Amino acid sequence: MTRRQRWWIQVLLLAAVLTLAGILINNLTVNLIRTGLGLSFRWLSRPAGFAISEHLLPFQPSDSMAWALLMGWLNSLRVIACSIALATVLGVVAGAASRSNNPLFSALAGLYVGLIRQIPLLLQLLFWYFVAFLGLPSEPLAPLGALIRISNQSINVMGLNLSVEFAAVLVGLSVFTGASIAEVVRGGLDAVPRGQWEAFRSLGIGEGLGLKSVVLPQALPAILPALSSQYLNLAKNSTLSIAVGYADLYAVSDTAITQTGRAIEGFLLLLLSFLLLNLLINGSMQILNHAVLNKGQRT
Amino acid sequence: MKQGFCLSFGVLLVGLQACATLGEGGASRLDLVRQRGELRCGVSGKIPGFSFLDREGRYAGLDVDMCKAFAAAFVGDANKVEYRPLTAPERFTALRTGEIDLLSRNTTFNLSRDASGGNGVAFAPVVFHDGQGLLVRRDSGIKRLEDLRNQTICVGSGTTTEQNLNDVFQAKGIPYKPVKYQDLNQLVAGYLQKRCAAMTSDRSQLASARSGFEQPGNHQILPEVLSKEPLAPLSSGGDQRLADAMRWVVYALVTAEEMGITQNNVDAKLQEAINDPSKTALRRFLGVEGELGSKLGLPNDFVVSVLKATGNYGEIYNRHLGPQSAVPIPRGLNQLHRDGGVLIAPPFQ
Repeated sequence: MTRRQRWWIQVLLLAAVLTLAGILINNLTVNLIRTGLGLSFRWLSRPAGFAISEHLLPFQPSDSMAWALLMGWLNSLRVIACSIALATVLGVVAGAASRSNNPLFSALAGLYVGLIRQIPLLLQLLFWYFVAFLGLPSEPLAPLGALIRISNQSINVMGLNLSVEFAAVLVGLSVFTGASIAEVVRGGLDAVPRGQWEAFRSLGIGEGLGLKSVVLPQALPAILPALSSQYLNLAKNSTLSIAVGYADLYAVSDTAITQTGRAIEGFLLLLLSFLLLNLLINGSMQILNHAVLNKGQRT
Repeated sequence: MKQGFCLSFGVLLVGLQACATLGEGGASRLDLVRQRGELRCGVSGKIPGFSFLDREGRYAGLDVDMCKAFAAAFVGDANKVEYRPLTAPERFTALRTGEIDLLSRNTTFNLSRDASGGNGVAFAPVVFHDGQGLLVRRDSGIKRLEDLRNQTICVGSGTTTEQNLNDVFQAKGIPYKPVKYQDLNQLVAGYLQKRCAAMTSDRSQLASARSGFEQPGNHQILPEVLSKEPLAPLSSGGDQRLADAMRWVVYALVTAEEMGITQNNVDAKLQEAINDPSKTALRRFLGVEGELGSKLGLPNDFVVSVLKATGNYGEIYNRHLGPQSAVPIPRGLNQLHRDGGVLIAPPFQ
């Protein structure tokens, strides 16, 4: 292919993309004019008129739509942050276990990753919610005295009250993403030359300490970029919460859109909120990545 | 080739011409039904209690009995009905294209559908006042809305269900916790797993869902109704004779209940009317005197045919939605006006 040919292909591609975008935007404006709806965000200050089951800040149905959406966003943020933490722990443990000398640990880790990665996330969420959590008795179980009380109404851990919907999303997202993180961690560990393992073992350093101070620091540069994309996936997957009744941003937006009829504006806000959320995650991971790389260079 | 084209063009023209004469000549669909000797009735076919296949594979339910009543009035035989099961999006198209004569498919009567600038259909009187309701477990001790204070309520998303729920509970100052699901099956699963003290949806849907439970008798629909969903049969707009005939068949069912005329005693009542010239109201209603039927383009005794086929409104209701039926729904608004409901018929004069 000559250079000129390649250039033409680029021009044609660009023209195709621009035409498509033009058609879509034109379609939108024509339809907005036809239905007499301009883009408007005035509905955000109207009273919400619906209740939200859980909210981090005080919320009444008479509060504004914008405040209701913020409650949804905070709920999303809460479940995403908790799931990221739990998924990381699960993933690192399972990833390290799969490369452990203990055959039981590595077999269990293999089983976990193999099983979880084969089943769609939506099914897993429905399983955790309808079978695992709603299958609990209505009267609270207290296996450890007052420390933990669980029922199909709420989960109470040391005075901290969680709804079963939150718990189902938390467990579902963490277990699912944990399996992918385990693979990322395993890949990172495999990237460290075999000799490094043999080296610390021959020095008589224990498995745990060796992993922590010899292997992981070398594996981290390979793990972190893939890890951040798992975190972004987790954040996006959190919108499946609506299937199990958790009032995340998507669920609240869905109600707001049905009640105001402002689908385009609602989805624009939804897209922007997720963009913001993912930029936050991405930004923090970049900072972490740089810190790790710099540290690696200094030592 | 050319010949074929001309031929098909000709056929098309003739077809168009036929449509045009039907429209312009003012011929009513009612004449077409009477000529055909059969009524084509659009139903849902999927809602127990309203239109659903029974054990013998025949359609049964309140909407189906309306079709039967119309057929009895129009062609004199309640069995001369061809049922067309239709989905919600199909129903108005089927009516407009003339595939069906009328629709009896739990359709909410509202302005946009009635107005000529909207769907432009003609609604008969409301045959079932539906509305959003609440389903609770009988052993929960919940008898009224107030008993749901601080309880969890399972809500379906999509329609105005959440807003109606909130409007009513807020007006009464009752705090509650909603758990919102995206579809009816999840809503039912959440409720059956005891996540919520109550679930809310349209009362007809609650009753239908309950009929599929393992022990339907353990669940109860609260008497309070949270919103208005009046369901009515309808015909294509711009056909006044058909619309009038449908309207008065529905009113006849209500009037018969008011007058205490049932499927069983209609013959006796007819005899009574013939024998006693002083009972003018009864005589007019059953077509013994006056020309009420022919004013509608129906036989004067159309009310007798209708009542023999289906019984009065109360009998139809009890057959499909009464306490002994598979889909019991408290009668509530669907009682006669004198019993505290909203059903009332203008006089047969």
